[in-house]
Amino acid sequence: MTQAPDLAPPPTLEVRGGRKNFGAVHALRGVDLVARAGEVTALVGDNGAGKSTMIKCVAGIYPFDAGDVLFEGQTTHISSPADANELGIEVVYQDLALCDNLDIVHNMFLGRELKKGFRLDESAMETRAAEVLASLSVRTVRSIRQHVASLSGGQRQTVAIARAVLWNSKLVILDEPTAALGVAQTEQVLQLVRRLADAGLAVVLVSHNMNDVFEVADSINVLYLGQTAAQIRTKDTSRMEVIELITSGSAGMPAGAVAPRPSPDAPERATRVASATATTSDATTTTNGSTSA
Amino acid sequence: MSTSTVPEAPTAPSLLAGSVEQPTFGEAIGNYVRKVRGGDMGSLPAILALAVLILAFVVMKPETFPSTLNIANLFQQGAVVVTIAMGLVFVLLLGEIDLSAGFASGVCGAILATGLTAYGWPWYLALAAALATGIVIGLLIGTLVARVGIPSFVTTLAAFLAFQGVVLLIIGAGGNISITDPVIVALQNKNVPPLLGWAMAIVAVLAYAGSSLRTWQLRRRRGLVAAPLGMVVVKIVALSLVVIGMVAILNQERSLNPLRTSIIGVPIVVPLIVTLALILGFVLTRTAFGRHIYAVGGNAEATRRAGINVKAVKMACFTICSFMAAIAGILAASRATSVDPNAGGSNVLLYAVGAAVIGGTSLFGGKGRIVDALIGGAVIAVIDNGMALLGYSAGIKYVVTGAVLAAAAAVDAISRRRARATGRG
Repeated sequence: MTQAPDLAPPPTLEVRGGRKNFGAVHALRGVDLVARAGEVTALVGDNGAGKSTMIKCVAGIYPFDAGDVLFEGQTTHISSPADANELGIEVVYQDLALCDNLDIVHNMFLGRELKKGFRLDESAMETRAAEVLASLSVRTVRSIRQHVASLSGGQRQTVAIARAVLWNSKLVILDEPTAALGVAQTEQVLQLVRRLADAGLAVVLVSHNMNDVFEVADSINVLYLGQTAAQIRTKDTSRMEVIELITSGSAGMPAGAVAPRPSPDAPERATRVASATATTSDATTTTNGSTSA
Repeated sequence: MSTSTVPEAPTAPSLLAGSVEQPTFGEAIGNYVRKVRGGDMGSLPAILALAVLILAFVVMKPETFPSTLNIANLFQQGAVVVTIAMGLVFVLLLGEIDLSAGFASGVCGAILATGLTAYGWPWYLALAAALATGIVIGLLIGTLVARVGIPSFVTTLAAFLAFQGVVLLIIGAGGNISITDPVIVALQNKNVPPLLGWAMAIVAVLAYAGSSLRTWQLRRRRGLVAAPLGMVVVKIVALSLVVIGMVAILNQERSLNPLRTSIIGVPIVVPLIVTLALILGFVLTRTAFGRHIYAVGGNAEATRRAGINVKAVKMACFTICSFMAAIAGILAASRATSVDPNAGGSNVLLYAVGAAVIGGTSLFGGKGRIVDALIGGAVIAVIDNGMALLGYSAGIKYVVTGAVLAAAAAVDAISRRRARATGRG
């Protein structure tokens, strides 16, 4: 997409060597991630690879124990959801985090209501919510004053995404946005994801579904057992290779360059972290051919 | 703050804004009927029950039930329950419960009474002490529920037992502190002068009319869906009739012996409760804090992720509940002109929970309004009062009130299921 390798601005988000332990459990043992403005970066990995933990660390639900987080090139420390919001990081969680008993407008502005003095500025919020939904080409919602409980899965996902872009967000993290959707709704949501990136946001898409990943992602980051196996340009890789990385943590030579340890100033790169269990991979790939369950 | 990072410039005017079709009067009624059938009944069952009960008691006791003396009496009888119920709405909206509100009101009443008598404090100091006690109780319960994490049912059950003991300790077994302070006694026993009553009624009606017409005009101008003007006017007229009718009734002489004492005017407690209801209703529906209360009741985890301090919201709601209990304790002390060790005991709390639930506040959290407490409290006060006039024993009264509460809870549960089915949540 929009790469000018040498003069490229720093990535919107960069994580280097992120670690997270829960007691004796080493959930993250060194993760690296680069998410650039205008790109969709897919975060893939098998169940338990650490995808959810990683986005929760970035979102400030709980902070990394060790490692560096750079936001727009600046080292930063995200220790609460409020910190993340302040930086312009928005997360759309898998379970959507919407309140069924509130209407669309109230959900979109939850926690950041527009006010006139003490009072909520209902009409300003309603107008603004309608504008955002319209600009996201959302045409399926009957009334933005209807309760979220009455919406379909795709509409709920749309509301959650619209809420994330309502603010000056720079990085939107989507956790399995299509997991519970039908074919047509999946397509709508993927188009929406692409539009977010085309509008200049950095988008991180957590997904299990290779079709989704290869349809919208510019770059793919693979987690394997709490470590980053690789981050590769989508155009330089193949489904087979990504699946191999997901299931075994290593693959045959990726098409791009291979560095044993990522050098932070190589913008167009494929990072490969030596996996602890980097052995032969043929056995697992054949039994676990597809992870798009 | 609200600059856009949205992909495309909005091309066509949205279906949602600008070109909305404004509903006609008939459509608005149709929408309401659909809403009710979909399971979102609000206070409708309670209003119908109230109408049926009033009609029944008027037919059975035509000379006493609709008398002006009894109508004024109803307001004063219902005041304590309604006040606690308004506070309980905040806690119920969270999906929590406060079983200690009754005895919390007793503790505050006892503090008021001992302050006035044993320590000889002026009324405002005793009043402030009682209200402060309510706030402290609320903070304590809120801390145990929100910070320590004890389920509110257990926390407030423990507080219920403990406060019962505290009232007993303050007043002493078999004791009784009488209240003679004229200001405190006036709260529940005196009336607003008739002219002032009229003035307040007119101000209230004009303020309601002005604000609802202004909202209507603003929404129309901004191209947002607004209720049809006819509907707005119907509501204004209905409210005016109720308010003016009530003031007209209450401004009549109702003393049994007018030559000796004259009882005339709106009871002081009525404007007091209306003011409290307006303030609390404003907090719930027009402020971000109120919105967060509904959000916590709907999905506490989502609310937390939205960056809202859920614990602080819970603390605040329990504090408001106990503060309202303190006001109720003062009103109860004023009405009885004394405080005894059973203050806030027996059926006070259960009537208050019943009032909120009968009015349409859900026990499951996330749904309810302040007006529910007023309507539900009216139902309870009418049952209590009417059945006493009919000469039924306390036993029968409790059975009937219990049955009404069970019916209200059933309506809540069924309408919730129905709302799930029709996607109105």
